[in-house]
Amino acid sequence: MCLATPMRIDRLLDGKRAVVSQGTVTVQVDVSLLPDPKPGDHVIVHAGFAIEVLTPEEAEERISLFRKMAELTGDA
Amino acid sequence: MSADDIIRLEHGSGGALSRDLVEAVIHPALRSEAYPELTDSSPLEPGSDLLLTTDGYVVDPPFFPGGDIGRLSVLGTCNDLAVCGARPFSLSLAITVEEGFPVERFRAVLESAAAAARETGTRIVTGDTKVVPRGKGGGIFVTSAGVGKRVFPHRLSPAMVRAGDRILVSGPLGAHGITILAARESLPVGGTLKSDAAFLFPVASSLFPLGESLRFMRDATRGGISAVLNEAVQGAAWGIDVEEEAFPVSAEVRAVSDLLGLNPLEIANEGVLVAFVASESAGQALRAVQSQALGKQARLVGRVTEDHPGSIIMITKIGGKRRLDFPRGLLLPRIC
Amino acid sequence: MNGDRKLAQELVAGIARAAAEIGRPVKLMEVCGTHTVELRRQGIHSLLPDGISLISGPGCPVCVTPSGYVDNALALAESGRAVIATFGDMLKVPGSSRRSLSGLSGRGVVKMVYSPSELIRIAKESSLPVVFLAVGFETTIPTVVSALLDARDAGIRNLFLYTAFKVVPPALRLLLSGPDHGIDGFILPGHVSVIIGPEAYQFLEGPDGRPGVITGFESLDMLLGILLLVRQIQRHERKVENAYPRAVKPGGNPRARAVIEKSLEPRDDAWRGIGVIPGGGLGLRFELADMDAEKRFDIPPARDVEAPGCLCSLVIAGKAVPPQCPLFGRVCTPDDPVGPCMVSSEGTCAAYFRYSRQ
Repeated sequence: MCLATPMRIDRLLDGKRAVVSQGTVTVQVDVSLLPDPKPGDHVIVHAGFAIEVLTPEEAEERISLFRKMAELTGDA
Repeated sequence: MSADDIIRLEHGSGGALSRDLVEAVIHPALRSEAYPELTDSSPLEPGSDLLLTTDGYVVDPPFFPGGDIGRLSVLGTCNDLAVCGARPFSLSLAITVEEGFPVERFRAVLESAAAAARETGTRIVTGDTKVVPRGKGGGIFVTSAGVGKRVFPHRLSPAMVRAGDRILVSGPLGAHGITILAARESLPVGGTLKSDAAFLFPVASSLFPLGESLRFMRDATRGGISAVLNEAVQGAAWGIDVEEEAFPVSAEVRAVSDLLGLNPLEIANEGVLVAFVASESAGQALRAVQSQALGKQARLVGRVTEDHPGSIIMITKIGGKRRLDFPRGLLLPRIC
Repeated sequence: MNGDRKLAQELVAGIARAAAEIGRPVKLMEVCGTHTVELRRQGIHSLLPDGISLISGPGCPVCVTPSGYVDNALALAESGRAVIATFGDMLKVPGSSRRSLSGLSGRGVVKMVYSPSELIRIAKESSLPVVFLAVGFETTIPTVVSALLDARDAGIRNLFLYTAFKVVPPALRLLLSGPDHGIDGFILPGHVSVIIGPEAYQFLEGPDGRPGVITGFESLDMLLGILLLVRQIQRHERKVENAYPRAVKPGGNPRARAVIEKSLEPRDDAWRGIGVIPGGGLGLRFELADMDAEKRFDIPPARDVEAPGCLCSLVIAGKAVPPQCPLFGRVCTPDDPVGPCMVSSEGTCAAYFRYSRQ
């Protein structure tokens, strides 16, 4: 029920729509569910709508978080 | 299949149900002692070096980025001969067109077919045209038949495959089907998507020097690479192990497939060939295909195993395992 | 070995250590159909230690829609009174006569949409009323309602919704109310949570609750979610944790929630295979009654006909696994589905059949 794809806002069109892209693929989506959509924002797209802005997470940060979680388990 | 059954759209999509129809209805009706197998291309008569093949083309829309139904009807039929080790030389075209179809577009289809014939070194030598009333034809349908001369002397068949053999894919997957789907559904997707329709004889013949180490080839059309591998392995005494990461897929096809909830391994191609080769010749096979213009992104994607006969196990990106099943149902964009 | 594979191994090792410490079998329920599919498709089932089993919950919107809903849609399309518009997911779902809407798409009375935003154009171009099959959970609901309101604002008068919206939290409450549910923790739906926010699951921290971890959909996200759950179980904790913070924010998406609250109200809808869940559905509010297809076309309540032998009602509630059903893989396959769990590409039985059957 939850298929959604990360894309990047390239430019806003009229009030409700924007062009988002992933590589060379572009799609027009409705951004009216976002309070302040801007070019450069990374968003998740479901059924032709951007439903949320993705908070950028440094890749290394995320990986080290995973590592820490993995190590901590087993210390009850 | 029972008397109440009706033909459904899924019977034509190249997946498990297509296979069922062939085995339950088509083979029993048509096979004979001389032709027990009914392969994609068959000798004109037993023992003949001339192979005959036929294919129906119902693509909608008939014109799409990278080609049209005329071009497809020539390339697809030529490719069926190429993967059976034959060089195609003569084709026929039977066209069924709906009343109201513009003559200019009809002409464009024929010119495209003629151009494809020149490209493949074949001739369209005979044909037929029928017109059906408006509402009964879906625009334009083409059936083409082709004859080729066998130039590869060894038998090519899943029956020749054995444990240890390697599997080669000649190029990036999913481009044709995803282009058609995007065009048909008028999806608001921009980019450079286009069909990969191409003549596969050069790639196929680059493998002929392998001799008996070349076991079997198929062009991966509807149902994608998954359908080809599943059809080959079904009922076999061997199984297949593949690596998900090994399958070549362009970033563009990947992005559009993700958006639509589709799997590139199940999406049609018109310019990709799959080959099973002996493991000791795998390196040679890969180099041979990669030396061809169409084969630059060829990869070895898996191997034939004694384990789990009749099924395909895929190692996923994170090193997990799961089955690679026949494509099921229709190729439809999903939101769930 | 790629970086993801190495990390996955570390996460799996962490899960295995926790499972060993717990020392008894642990059952985790993934609520969302997309998780059901992705967990199998990414091969995660094959990596988990024996002590951890995953059971699938009812979060498959197509699966929990009664077969009579499709019957009603077919009848409406065939009557010539309306054109049906639908997501691709519903096109091949059979009704009680085993026919589906895809059989009608050649006749122009059924139109597939990729996005609800196409509905305005379809309504404008149609001389007939257009009825949209509004099936989905909280991820999808605001997109449909948003399009409906846009249509209304544009003066469109021939667009209607045939609603079958479902919501997740009441279903979780129902699952927890069963005396022997056997669920030790919930893998919570990442994208539903984007909309409703972590607060919506507060009740899981209550006395009859269970730990819940909001989880994303990439392989590493899912492994992390499972790891956090087993860690909680090991430590006898009962919290709602957010393991998908890059997408799920406190409060969820306020605009989306406002769109839902303004236009829809809770309904006691029947979930196929489960029965009525109080507040488990959403229907159009009175102010939008003139866009309600059920009223406009006098659509009868959707009947549900379960086939004899079908175990879906147990499978959907996590009380049986597909191979336990006598019909599974023999009479009931993705190409010839009998029950709802096999019908949808996200159904538990469909996922098991495609990715895990022996």
